[in-house]
Amino acid sequence: MRVSGSSALLAAALALAAGPAAAQSQFEKYQKMVAEGSPVELFELVGEDLWKKKQGPKNASLEACDLGEGPGVLKGAYAHLPRYFRDVDRVMDLETRMLHCMMTLQGRSRDEATKRLFGNADKPSEMEYLSAYVAGRSRGQALAPGRSHPKEQASYELGKKLYFVRTGLWDFSCASCHGEEGKRIRMSELPVLYKPEAARPLMATWPAYRVSNSTFKTMQWRLNNCFSQMRTPEPVFGSEVVNALNMFLTVTAAGEPYRGPGTKR
Amino acid sequence: MADPMKIRATLKGDTADVRVLMGHPMETGQRKGPDGKLVPKHFIQEVTVRLNGKTVMEGQISQAVSRNPVFSFRVKGAKAGDKIEVSWLDNKGGTNKTETAIA
Repeated sequence: MRVSGSSALLAAALALAAGPAAAQSQFEKYQKMVAEGSPVELFELVGEDLWKKKQGPKNASLEACDLGEGPGVLKGAYAHLPRYFRDVDRVMDLETRMLHCMMTLQGRSRDEATKRLFGNADKPSEMEYLSAYVAGRSRGQALAPGRSHPKEQASYELGKKLYFVRTGLWDFSCASCHGEEGKRIRMSELPVLYKPEAARPLMATWPAYRVSNSTFKTMQWRLNNCFSQMRTPEPVFGSEVVNALNMFLTVTAAGEPYRGPGTKR
Repeated sequence: MADPMKIRATLKGDTADVRVLMGHPMETGQRKGPDGKLVPKHFIQEVTVRLNGKTVMEGQISQAVSRNPVFSFRVKGAKAGDKIEVSWLDNKGGTNKTETAIA
Protein backbone atom coordinates (compact mmCIF):
# COMPACT_ATOMS: atom_id res chain seq x y z
CA MET A 1 0.00 0.00 0.00
CA ARG A 2 2.70 2.37 1.05
CA VAL A 3 4.83 1.37 -1.92
CA SER A 4 2.06 1.80 -4.46
CA GLY A 5 1.07 5.07 -2.80
CA SER A 6 4.51 6.57 -3.16
CA SER A 7 4.89 5.29 -6.68
CA ALA A 8 1.56 6.88 -7.57
CA LEU A 9 2.83 10.13 -6.10
CA LEU A 10 6.04 9.76 -8.03
CA ALA A 11 4.09 9.12 -11.22
CA ALA A 12 2.00 12.21 -10.57
CA ALA A 13 5.12 14.26 -9.96
CA LEU A 14 6.64 12.96 -13.18
CA ALA A 15 3.47 13.75 -15.10
CA LEU A 16 3.52 17.29 -13.72
CA ALA A 17 7.15 17.70 -14.64
CA ALA A 18 6.46 16.37 -18.13
CA GLY A 19 3.43 18.64 -18.55
CA PRO A 20 4.95 21.80 -20.02
CA ALA A 21 7.51 19.81 -22.04
CA ALA A 22 4.81 17.62 -23.57
CA ALA A 23 2.70 20.68 -24.33
CA GLN A 24 5.74 22.17 -25.99
CA SER A 25 6.20 19.26 -28.34
CA GLN A 26 2.50 19.41 -29.28
CA PHE A 27 3.04 23.07 -30.00
CA GLU A 28 6.09 22.26 -32.10
CA LYS A 29 3.99 19.78 -34.07
CA TYR A 30 1.42 22.48 -34.62
CA GLN A 31 4.13 24.91 -35.75
CA LYS A 32 5.42 22.36 -38.24
CA MET A 33 1.96 21.78 -39.68
CA VAL A 34 1.37 25.51 -39.92
CA ALA A 35 4.69 26.08 -41.71
CA GLU A 36 3.80 23.51 -44.36
CA GLY A 37 0.70 25.46 -45.32
CA SER A 38 2.25 28.89 -45.05
CA PRO A 39 1.05 31.47 -47.56
CA VAL A 40 4.30 33.42 -47.23
CA GLU A 41 5.05 32.82 -50.92
CA LEU A 42 1.90 34.70 -51.90
CA PHE A 43 3.21 37.74 -50.04
CA GLU A 44 6.52 37.39 -51.82
CA LEU A 45 4.77 37.37 -55.20
CA VAL A 46 2.83 40.56 -54.48
CA GLY A 47 5.99 42.08 -53.00
CA GLU A 48 7.86 41.43 -56.23
CA ASP A 49 5.17 43.27 -58.21
CA LEU A 50 5.33 46.21 -55.81
CA TRP A 51 9.14 46.27 -55.95
CA LYS A 52 8.95 46.64 -59.73
CA LYS A 53 5.97 48.97 -59.79
CA LYS A 54 6.66 52.53 -60.91
CA GLN A 55 5.16 55.00 -58.45
CA GLY A 56 5.69 58.26 -56.57
CA PRO A 57 6.37 61.73 -57.98
CA LYS A 58 9.42 60.41 -59.84
CA ASN A 59 7.42 57.50 -61.30
CA ALA A 60 10.21 55.10 -60.45
CA SER A 61 10.33 51.54 -59.16
CA LEU A 62 12.50 50.33 -56.30
CA GLU A 63 14.56 48.15 -58.63
CA ALA A 64 17.55 50.50 -58.36
CA CYS A 65 17.40 50.48 -54.55
CA ASP A 66 20.77 49.67 -53.00
CA LEU A 67 20.23 47.42 -49.99
CA GLY A 68 23.95 47.20 -49.41
CA GLU A 69 24.94 44.67 -52.05
CA GLY A 70 24.74 47.23 -54.86
CA PRO A 71 21.78 48.83 -56.68
CA GLY A 72 19.11 46.25 -57.43
CA VAL A 73 20.96 43.32 -55.86
CA LEU A 74 18.53 41.41 -53.66
CA LYS A 75 20.21 38.06 -53.29
CA GLY A 76 21.63 37.88 -49.79
CA ALA A 77 20.86 41.55 -49.10
CA TYR A 78 18.56 40.90 -46.15
CA ALA A 79 21.03 38.50 -44.50
CA HIS A 80 23.62 41.29 -44.45
CA LEU A 81 21.39 43.88 -42.78
CA PRO A 82 21.40 45.97 -40.67
CA ARG A 83 24.57 47.61 -41.92
CA TYR A 84 26.23 51.00 -42.33
CA PHE A 85 25.36 52.98 -45.45
CA ARG A 86 27.87 55.56 -46.57
CA ASP A 87 25.33 57.67 -48.50
CA VAL A 88 23.32 58.44 -45.36
CA ASP A 89 26.17 57.98 -42.85
CA ARG A 90 24.12 55.74 -40.57
CA VAL A 91 23.13 52.16 -39.85
CA MET A 92 19.91 51.00 -41.48
CA ASP A 93 17.84 47.84 -41.35
CA LEU A 94 15.67 46.55 -44.19
CA GLU A 95 12.58 48.65 -43.59
CA THR A 96 14.52 51.82 -42.82
CA ARG A 97 16.50 51.38 -46.04
CA MET A 98 13.39 50.68 -48.12
CA LEU A 99 11.79 53.83 -46.74
CA HIS A 100 14.96 55.69 -47.70
CA CYS A 101 14.68 54.32 -51.27
CA MET A 102 11.00 55.28 -51.49
CA MET A 103 11.90 58.83 -50.52
CA THR A 104 14.99 59.18 -52.71
CA LEU A 105 14.26 57.04 -55.79
CA GLN A 106 10.51 57.50 -55.93
CA GLY A 107 10.48 61.03 -54.51
CA ARG A 108 7.80 60.21 -51.97
CA SER A 109 7.45 62.18 -48.74
CA ARG A 110 8.14 60.47 -45.45
CA ASP A 111 4.57 61.19 -44.35
CA GLU A 112 3.09 59.56 -47.43
CA ALA A 113 5.39 56.54 -47.40
CA THR A 114 4.85 55.84 -43.70
CA LYS A 115 1.12 56.55 -43.63
CA ARG A 116 0.17 52.90 -43.52
CA LEU A 117 3.16 50.88 -42.42
CA PHE A 118 1.29 47.99 -40.92
CA GLY A 119 -1.75 46.49 -42.55
CA ASN A 120 -4.38 43.94 -41.64
CA ALA A 121 -5.62 40.64 -43.02
CA ASP A 122 -7.89 42.29 -45.57
CA LYS A 123 -5.32 44.74 -46.79
CA PRO A 124 -1.66 44.11 -45.98
CA SER A 125 0.69 47.09 -46.23
CA GLU A 126 3.25 47.82 -48.91
CA MET A 127 6.07 47.50 -46.35
CA GLU A 128 4.84 44.02 -45.39
CA TYR A 129 4.71 42.77 -48.97
CA LEU A 130 8.11 44.27 -49.77
CA SER A 131 9.70 42.83 -46.61
CA ALA A 132 8.44 39.36 -47.54
CA TYR A 133 9.86 39.66 -51.05
CA VAL A 134 13.28 41.00 -50.11
CA ALA A 135 13.78 38.73 -47.07
CA GLY A 136 12.82 35.71 -49.17
CA ARG A 137 15.73 36.42 -51.50
CA SER A 138 18.13 35.65 -48.65
CA ARG A 139 16.92 32.13 -47.90
CA GLY A 140 19.85 29.87 -47.12
CA GLN A 141 22.29 32.75 -46.59
CA ALA A 142 24.01 33.03 -43.23
CA LEU A 143 23.00 36.07 -41.20
CA ALA A 144 25.98 38.42 -41.32
CA PRO A 145 25.07 41.99 -40.33
CA GLY A 146 27.69 44.71 -40.64
CA ARG A 147 30.14 44.64 -37.75
CA SER A 148 33.27 46.39 -38.93
CA HIS A 149 32.35 50.09 -39.23
CA PRO A 150 32.52 52.10 -35.98
CA LYS A 151 28.88 53.14 -36.43
CA GLU A 152 27.87 49.50 -36.78
CA GLN A 153 29.71 48.71 -33.57
CA ALA A 154 28.13 51.71 -31.85
CA SER A 155 24.70 50.56 -33.01
CA TYR A 156 25.32 47.10 -31.56
CA GLU A 157 26.48 48.56 -28.25
CA LEU A 158 23.44 50.83 -28.10
CA GLY A 159 21.10 47.94 -28.84
CA LYS A 160 22.72 45.82 -26.16
CA LYS A 161 22.30 48.61 -23.65
CA LEU A 162 18.69 49.26 -24.67
CA TYR A 163 17.84 45.59 -24.19
CA PHE A 164 18.43 46.02 -20.46
CA VAL A 165 17.11 49.58 -19.97
CA ARG A 166 13.98 49.63 -17.85
CA THR A 167 11.44 52.18 -18.96
CA GLY A 168 7.79 53.10 -19.21
CA LEU A 169 4.79 52.78 -16.94
CA TRP A 170 5.67 49.29 -15.76
CA ASP A 171 9.43 49.84 -15.59
CA PHE A 172 10.03 47.00 -18.03
CA SER A 173 13.06 46.24 -20.17
CA CYS A 174 13.30 43.70 -22.96
CA ALA A 175 15.07 41.50 -20.42
CA SER A 176 12.10 41.65 -18.02
CA CYS A 177 10.37 39.13 -20.27
CA HIS A 178 13.25 37.86 -22.40
CA GLY A 179 15.79 37.45 -19.63
CA GLU A 180 15.12 34.16 -17.89
CA GLU A 181 15.18 30.64 -19.25
CA GLY A 182 11.97 28.67 -19.48
CA LYS A 183 9.48 31.54 -19.32
CA ARG A 184 6.47 31.73 -21.54
CA ILE A 185 3.27 33.71 -22.09
CA ARG A 186 0.44 31.24 -22.65
CA MET A 187 1.91 28.91 -25.29
CA SER A 188 4.56 31.30 -26.59
CA GLU A 189 8.08 30.76 -25.37
CA LEU A 190 10.00 33.82 -24.27
CA PRO A 191 13.49 33.26 -25.66
CA VAL A 192 16.44 34.84 -23.86
CA LEU A 193 17.51 36.86 -26.85
CA TYR A 194 20.97 37.95 -25.72
CA LYS A 195 21.97 34.29 -25.98
CA PRO A 196 22.93 33.16 -29.48
CA GLU A 197 21.15 29.80 -29.18
CA ALA A 198 17.88 31.65 -28.58
CA ALA A 199 18.41 34.54 -31.01
CA ARG A 200 19.48 32.31 -33.90
CA PRO A 201 16.22 30.43 -34.61
CA LEU A 202 14.23 33.61 -34.02
CA MET A 203 16.14 36.00 -36.26
CA ALA A 204 16.34 33.31 -38.96
CA THR A 205 12.55 33.32 -39.29
CA TRP A 206 11.53 36.98 -39.03
CA PRO A 207 9.74 38.74 -40.75
CA ALA A 208 6.92 36.22 -40.55
CA TYR A 209 3.35 35.32 -41.36
CA ARG A 210 1.14 35.13 -38.32
CA VAL A 211 -1.47 32.41 -38.71
CA SER A 212 -3.84 33.48 -35.94
CA ASN A 213 -4.78 36.67 -37.75
CA SER A 214 -3.67 35.94 -41.32
CA THR A 215 -1.24 38.83 -41.45
CA PHE A 216 2.37 39.27 -42.42
CA LYS A 217 4.44 40.96 -39.71
CA THR A 218 7.64 42.91 -40.25
CA MET A 219 10.55 43.07 -37.82
CA GLN A 220 9.78 46.68 -36.93
CA TRP A 221 6.23 45.69 -36.12
CA ARG A 222 7.60 42.96 -33.86
CA LEU A 223 9.79 45.41 -31.96
CA ASN A 224 7.02 48.01 -31.79
CA ASN A 225 4.68 45.40 -30.39
CA CYS A 226 7.15 44.59 -27.61
CA PHE A 227 7.30 48.28 -26.71
CA SER A 228 3.54 48.60 -26.62
CA GLN A 229 3.27 45.50 -24.43
CA MET A 230 5.76 47.20 -22.11
CA ARG A 231 3.37 50.19 -22.04
CA THR A 232 6.05 52.33 -23.63
CA PRO A 233 5.36 54.73 -26.49
CA GLU A 234 6.22 53.10 -29.80
CA PRO A 235 9.52 54.25 -31.26
CA VAL A 236 9.61 56.30 -34.44
CA PHE A 237 9.72 54.15 -37.57
CA GLY A 238 13.27 53.61 -38.74
CA SER A 239 14.72 55.34 -35.68
CA GLU A 240 18.16 54.71 -34.26
CA VAL A 241 16.60 52.80 -31.35
CA VAL A 242 14.81 50.27 -33.55
CA ASN A 243 17.83 49.82 -35.77
CA ALA A 244 20.12 49.35 -32.76
CA LEU A 245 17.90 46.67 -31.22
CA ASN A 246 17.64 44.95 -34.58
CA MET A 247 21.42 45.15 -34.93
CA PHE A 248 21.99 43.72 -31.46
CA LEU A 249 19.62 40.80 -32.09
CA THR A 250 20.96 40.06 -35.57
CA VAL A 251 24.61 40.16 -34.47
CA THR A 252 23.71 37.81 -31.62
CA ALA A 253 22.15 35.48 -34.18
CA ALA A 254 24.96 35.86 -36.71
CA GLY A 255 25.98 32.78 -38.64
CA GLU A 256 22.53 31.20 -38.68
CA PRO A 257 21.26 30.45 -42.19
CA TYR A 258 18.19 32.54 -42.94
CA ARG A 259 15.08 30.36 -43.26
CA GLY A 260 12.33 32.95 -43.43
CA PRO A 261 9.99 34.55 -43.94
CA GLY A 262 8.69 32.26 -41.21
CA THR A 263 5.29 31.28 -39.93
CA LYS A 264 4.24 32.02 -36.40
CA ARG A 265 1.26 31.02 -34.27
CA MET B 1 -4.29 43.28 -57.72
CA ALA B 2 -5.70 39.81 -58.10
CA ASP B 3 -4.65 37.48 -55.33
CA PRO B 4 -1.82 35.34 -56.66
CA MET B 5 -1.50 31.57 -56.79
CA LYS B 6 1.57 29.41 -56.47
CA ILE B 7 2.02 25.82 -57.56
CA ARG B 8 4.75 23.23 -57.22
CA ALA B 9 4.72 19.71 -58.70
CA THR B 10 7.52 17.25 -58.03
CA LEU B 11 7.76 13.73 -59.36
CA LYS B 12 8.49 10.81 -57.03
CA GLY B 13 8.50 7.56 -58.99
CA ASP B 14 5.28 7.53 -61.04
CA THR B 15 3.49 9.85 -58.66
CA ALA B 16 3.55 13.63 -58.75
CA ASP B 17 3.33 15.52 -55.48
CA VAL B 18 1.43 18.71 -56.16
CA ARG B 19 1.15 21.60 -53.74
CA VAL B 20 -0.90 24.63 -54.61
CA LEU B 21 -1.39 27.82 -52.67
CA MET B 22 -4.31 30.12 -53.45
CA GLY B 23 -4.64 33.68 -52.29
CA HIS B 24 -8.27 34.21 -51.32
CA PRO B 25 -10.06 35.99 -48.44
CA MET B 26 -12.43 33.00 -47.86
CA GLU B 27 -15.04 35.09 -46.02
CA THR B 28 -17.57 32.93 -44.22
CA GLY B 29 -20.33 35.52 -44.15
CA GLN B 30 -20.39 35.32 -40.37
CA ARG B 31 -17.67 37.81 -39.53
CA LYS B 32 -18.46 41.44 -38.77
CA GLY B 33 -16.39 44.20 -40.34
CA PRO B 34 -15.22 47.40 -38.63
CA ASP B 35 -18.59 48.99 -39.49
CA GLY B 36 -20.40 46.34 -37.43
CA LYS B 37 -22.05 44.83 -40.48
CA LEU B 38 -21.58 41.27 -41.63
CA VAL B 39 -18.86 40.84 -44.24
CA PRO B 40 -20.54 39.17 -47.22
CA LYS B 41 -19.74 35.57 -48.04
CA HIS B 42 -16.87 35.24 -50.42
CA PHE B 43 -15.25 31.85 -50.75
CA ILE B 44 -13.94 29.36 -53.26
CA GLN B 45 -16.56 26.79 -54.22
CA GLU B 46 -14.89 24.72 -56.86
CA VAL B 47 -11.33 23.60 -57.41
CA THR B 48 -10.49 21.86 -60.67
CA VAL B 49 -7.27 20.03 -61.47
CA ARG B 50 -6.34 19.27 -65.06
CA LEU B 51 -3.54 17.03 -66.27
CA ASN B 52 -2.52 17.94 -69.83
CA GLY B 53 -5.91 19.59 -70.32
CA LYS B 54 -7.93 16.64 -69.05
CA THR B 55 -9.87 17.08 -65.82
CA VAL B 56 -8.58 14.66 -63.22
CA MET B 57 -10.15 16.09 -60.10
CA GLU B 58 -12.98 18.38 -59.13
CA GLY B 59 -13.33 19.48 -55.57
CA GLN B 60 -16.16 21.30 -53.88
CA ILE B 61 -15.07 23.30 -50.89
CA SER B 62 -16.78 25.76 -48.62
CA GLN B 63 -16.43 28.50 -45.99
CA ALA B 64 -14.86 25.97 -43.64
CA VAL B 65 -11.53 26.36 -45.43
CA SER B 66 -9.13 29.01 -44.14
CA ARG B 67 -7.98 32.21 -45.79
CA ASN B 68 -5.22 31.65 -48.37
CA PRO B 69 -5.78 27.89 -48.61
CA VAL B 70 -3.13 25.34 -49.45
CA PHE B 71 -3.98 22.03 -51.09
CA SER B 72 -1.66 19.18 -51.71
CA PHE B 73 -2.47 15.98 -53.51
CA ARG B 74 -0.79 13.24 -55.52
CA VAL B 75 -1.31 12.42 -59.17
CA LYS B 76 -0.60 8.82 -60.10
CA GLY B 77 0.85 7.96 -63.48
CA ALA B 78 2.25 11.43 -64.06
CA LYS B 79 5.39 11.93 -66.14
CA ALA B 80 8.02 14.64 -66.06
CA GLY B 81 6.94 17.55 -68.26
CA ASP B 82 3.20 16.87 -67.88
CA LYS B 83 1.18 20.04 -67.41
CA ILE B 84 -0.79 20.40 -64.21
CA GLU B 85 -3.37 23.17 -64.12
CA VAL B 86 -5.32 24.16 -61.04
CA SER B 87 -8.22 26.59 -61.22
CA TRP B 88 -10.82 27.81 -58.80
CA LEU B 89 -14.23 29.42 -58.97
CA ASP B 90 -15.70 31.36 -56.07
CA ASN B 91 -19.28 32.14 -55.10
CA LYS B 92 -19.09 35.59 -56.71
CA GLY B 93 -18.05 34.11 -60.05
CA GLY B 94 -14.42 35.11 -59.57
CA THR B 95 -11.86 32.73 -60.93
CA ASN B 96 -8.12 32.24 -61.21
CA LYS B 97 -5.80 29.54 -62.42
CA THR B 98 -2.17 28.58 -62.51
CA GLU B 99 -0.21 25.85 -64.20
CA THR B 100 3.16 24.22 -64.05
CA ALA B 101 5.12 21.43 -65.67
CA ILE B 102 5.84 18.47 -63.43
CA ALA B 103 9.53 18.36 -62.59
